[in-house]
Amino acid sequence: MIRFENVTKRFPDGTEALKDISLVLPTHELTAVIGPSGCGKTTLMKMINKLEKPTAGSIYIDEKPINGMDEVQLRRSIGYVIQRIGLFPHMTISDNVALVPKLLEWPKAKKEERVRELLELVGLDPAIYMDRYPLELSGGQQQRVGVIRALAGDPNIVLMDEPFSALDPISREQLQDELRNLQQTIKKTIVFVTHDMDEALKIADSIILMRDGQVEQTGTPQQLIDNPANEFVRNFIGVERINQKRTFGEKRLMEFLDLFTADWAGDAKKISADSSIEEAFLQLDESDQDYLAVVQDGRIIAYANDRDLLKAALAKETGVLA
Amino acid sequence: MRNFLDTLVSRQDMIISAFLEHIYLSFVAVAIGIAIALPLGIIITRYRRYAEPIIGVTAVFQTIPSLALFGFLVPILGIGSPTALIALIIYALLPILRNTYAGIVGVDGSTIEAGRGMGMTRTQILRQIELPLALPFIMAGIRTATVLTVGIATLATFVGAGGLGDIIYRGLQSYNNSLVLAGALPVAFLAIGFDQILKWIEKRATPKGLKT
Repeated sequence: MIRFENVTKRFPDGTEALKDISLVLPTHELTAVIGPSGCGKTTLMKMINKLEKPTAGSIYIDEKPINGMDEVQLRRSIGYVIQRIGLFPHMTISDNVALVPKLLEWPKAKKEERVRELLELVGLDPAIYMDRYPLELSGGQQQRVGVIRALAGDPNIVLMDEPFSALDPISREQLQDELRNLQQTIKKTIVFVTHDMDEALKIADSIILMRDGQVEQTGTPQQLIDNPANEFVRNFIGVERINQKRTFGEKRLMEFLDLFTADWAGDAKKISADSSIEEAFLQLDESDQDYLAVVQDGRIIAYANDRDLLKAALAKETGVLA
Repeated sequence: MRNFLDTLVSRQDMIISAFLEHIYLSFVAVAIGIAIALPLGIIITRYRRYAEPIIGVTAVFQTIPSLALFGFLVPILGIGSPTALIALIIYALLPILRNTYAGIVGVDGSTIEAGRGMGMTRTQILRQIELPLALPFIMAGIRTATVLTVGIATLATFVGAGGLGDIIYRGLQSYNNSLVLAGALPVAFLAIGFDQILKWIEKRATPKGLKT
């Protein structure tokens, strides 16, 4: 877990890049930090490996303050992928990937095995690519190497600074998918800086949305879409995207109890209040009754017919309900 | 032509010893020039505020006509090879210094940032990233300096430091064109030879991954 506690960053020219930020980046999750350029997202990320130092406040990794840690040691324990790839053009792919293991003085055999393993992980045949040089690879391949280079020292935390933004759209999509799948296996704590909302919504477990050095909203992609905290968040996500991503059955029935019928005399099939509207429609379809009984903690709390469900779905669509 | 060959044979000893002196002067001057300019070039990449003034000073030295520079140094240092060497070193500084600086500054910032972010120390970044990537530039600087020095070393004769300039000067004084040639041709060959050797080294020094 990475924790920011009242972190402020003021640059020598007086601009405040971060204003009293406190937040938590959970372990084993991919957190996307997003915002318009100049919002402080990169500065925020670079503080984790001490490429930037806070003017005030502290940062903790697993509750240990990083202030006192040696920055070189700290950086070797954290993976780092940069935007413009940053592979060393004069070193082979193998040497590039093995850089951190070399700094950590791993034995040669272990380094080599690690390089092979990682290349295979991203679908690059070690026999072909180990001895190639970065400039002989395509942009997408280069950034795959960039990503595995960050994983080489087996860090718990990986920082990624707009890693895919310099790639063409097709490679970008591919690498996003690959990263998503990779994360299922490696389960690292990933901090992913991006300015691309689609990317964030696609790959992140949770999103931190920033503006002018402040956090506007944090939450899962679904939470941001469902409940944008303010106009800025709504605009940044994009109204179109909100409508698109809000699959209308996603919300729980219990949020729409006001719209349902309080009482009904007939027999009704029971459905949990945790179910989605979509599921309720399906259940109602299968049932030969007009109403469903919405159940919470074993008690029937409301009844819903197809008209009620439609109202709920519409309410959700227009965002009328809080 | 006949005349020229005769001269070569009859003055053989003198020509060879002048040739060796010339190589010695050029070589020592370039070596000391590298020893000064290379570290200095690295240092000014770390303190960029001072880079322009320092390179500027060496550029001013460069603009002093070589004969004049030898002239300035004689009253201070007297005659002899130290004087010649100092003058030659001063000329060798600029190309090496400027190329070292430009080579290191020209290394892509993202590469260095990647190195820093992965936990390389400043020395490791210098030795494993900046210097290898700047090496072709540095070698080109040394090459320029060497060719320049070989040419200017011809003037060392005026401060009594010997070299092939001696032969040329003697030839000029005695209106002996063959003797002038016997001094001038080796200088030209020396310059071309050094240039070719260093060009080869420069190629070898280019990191493999950068060759296309």
